Amino acid sequence: MDKIQKIFASCATVDRAALVIFCSCGYPDMDSSEQIIEDAIAAGADIIELGVPFSDPMADGAAIRQASEVALRQGATLKGVLAMAERLSKRHPDTGFILFSYMNVMLNYGLDALCNELRRIGVDGILAVDLPFEERAELADPCRSAGLHLIPLVSPMTSLERAAMIMGEATGFVYSVNICGITGVREKLPPEVAERLASLKERSPVPVAAGFGIADGASAKAIARVADGVVVGSAVINKLLAPGELETRRRDASELVRTLAGSMSRHA
Amino acid sequence: MKTHYGIYGGQYVAETLMPILHELEKEYLAAREDPAFQEEFRSLLKNYVGRESPLYYARRLSEHLGGSRIYLKREDLNHTGAHKINNTIGQALLAKRMGKTRLIAETGAGMHGVATATVAALFGFECEVFMGTTDIDRQAVNVERMQTLGASVRPVSEGSATLKDAMNEALRDWTARSADTFYVIGTVAGPHPYPLLVKDFQSVIGEEARRQCLEQTGRLPDEVVACVGGGSNAMGIFAGFLEDSDVALTGVEAGGAGIATGKHAASITGGRVGVLHGSKTYLLQDDNGQVLETHSVSAGLDYPGVGPEHCFLADSRRARYVTVDDEEAVDAFAMLARFEGIIPALESSHALAYAIRTAPAQSRDRIVVVNLSGRGDKDMDSIRRFRKQQAASAK
Ligand SMILES: Cc1ncc(COP(=O)(O)O)c(C=O)c1O
Repeated sequence: MDKIQKIFASCATVDRAALVIFCSCGYPDMDSSEQIIEDAIAAGADIIELGVPFSDPMADGAAIRQASEVALRQGATLKGVLAMAERLSKRHPDTGFILFSYMNVMLNYGLDALCNELRRIGVDGILAVDLPFEERAELADPCRSAGLHLIPLVSPMTSLERAAMIMGEATGFVYSVNICGITGVREKLPPEVAERLASLKERSPVPVAAGFGIADGASAKAIARVADGVVVGSAVINKLLAPGELETRRRDASELVRTLAGSMSRHA
Repeated sequence: MKTHYGIYGGQYVAETLMPILHELEKEYLAAREDPAFQEEFRSLLKNYVGRESPLYYARRLSEHLGGSRIYLKREDLNHTGAHKINNTIGQALLAKRMGKTRLIAETGAGMHGVATATVAALFGFECEVFMGTTDIDRQAVNVERMQTLGASVRPVSEGSATLKDAMNEALRDWTARSADTFYVIGTVAGPHPYPLLVKDFQSVIGEEARRQCLEQTGRLPDEVVACVGGGSNAMGIFAGFLEDSDVALTGVEAGGAGIATGKHAASITGGRVGVLHGSKTYLLQDDNGQVLETHSVSAGLDYPGVGPEHCFLADSRRARYVTVDDEEAVDAFAMLARFEGIIPALESSHALAYAIRTAPAQSRDRIVVVNLSGRGDKDMDSIRRFRKQQAASAK
């Protein structure tokens, strides 16, 4: 069993969902974001999505965009994120790490070189936001050779037939997007989310993690009941973007992650 | 269905947009074969846009230069003053066919925004145009035109606050609101099927130019020249001549302050292969794969990527891509005004400048067709500002 499978399996044995936390690497600067990830792991995150900032984040809402813009101004690069990931994965051999970015940043590094490097430093997979099923070959091949998971997305727009095709080829897990739109916290998730996740899970050979729009412990709990994993990004980043001392903001972010982790259990 | 041009193009978008793009492709392919759709398109081009546009021999300019005979394809005479309307008519008809009620668009110079606002009024769509705040400042008149036509202009202040950022925001809006919204992309960029359908809607330029050149001169031109921002006016005119291997095709990119300064918008000349806005393309980017800000005196050429078919034509050498810098374009702008009584768009002035640069060394039987993609009324402020800066830096 590989690390990602183990994480989902061990969560399943205690009847809870895995908590996946998206971090904007380099926000507010590289050193702080390394600490923020440390905090998230200490607070109960099972898998970390290492968000590499891109100048043109067309699938992202205001929170991640704002964090990315600051990170880029502070000089965040893919190389820097890889160096950080190597340290993190050494310190946390049981935590899952997924590199999360847009294709241009990865293409620029070289896809073969990137996959080999990720493998070497102990990152488990890649999620390329703007790489749909039809275009996946150029990254899927080097991922396969390096033994990395290429995590696909499905969305409410995806027909069940298409979802089955996408999930049929997935390894690691599938990321199901809760809402039609970009990332960002929503006041309420659409009511059909639960039913949708149930039918995806029925058809998926790998665990289904659900994300987009999750605001707090309550909405995380609702999703944890019906998904194998819960992904939260913007809500945590919003805590970090709030005004005030960095120390306070970090503590608030880490408290939120602790609340989210406490909401993963499916026991009453 | 072919979705790539060699390695270029494709559909590099989030999964949420894929089913929408599939539906658009299906509808477009059906519309392409539907005589009623084509008939309505042609009829609007004739009676509303005022096509066909003339192919005009610029005699005084050519004689002054003493070489090639320069012919101008007068897209500046179209309704709304540029080639952009050919495409927005086509996409509006497609939106109507798909039952959408709202059009969105990105715009740089504002010409595509105006052309979209125009067809929205014509067909009764709601219309929102995304525009970078930098462009809103330098193209104020076009903002007022859009508002007059009933569109609302949504300012985009992120990133470089220009065309690429406006396009990001339009894509985000579309991702969330595809049920009632049709995204009218203004150039041959973006994910498939946009490069295909925009080329098809613009290919009327090349069809007419080829026929007109044969009628007026008895032969095909030696060279066809067009400016390249995203590449729609160039693709439109090239389309008529792609099979004529003796006709040289030349795309002119914006050299800005000069390629060596890094302040330019010449994606093919100065970029590397990358992915932006759903398409693999030559892209102006830094060493870390972040997209660079572009620089050009003409807002309409200020785009860091370029249509995928142009990348393919460049690699295969069927077309050649050259650059003209700000100063040379501004000189060409003034020259055409003085010699022919035509004030060209700054974008088109790039194509013209290349023809002016190369004409004198050529024989007098050589025929060059320049796509005069738009008129320059919108550019008076930009020219004034450019001259002022020039004067200041000369001191
Ligand atoms: C008059 C004119 N020509 C050319 C362009 C550049 O676009 P494209 O390269 O798609 O023709 C623009 C864009 O705004 C324009 O307004």
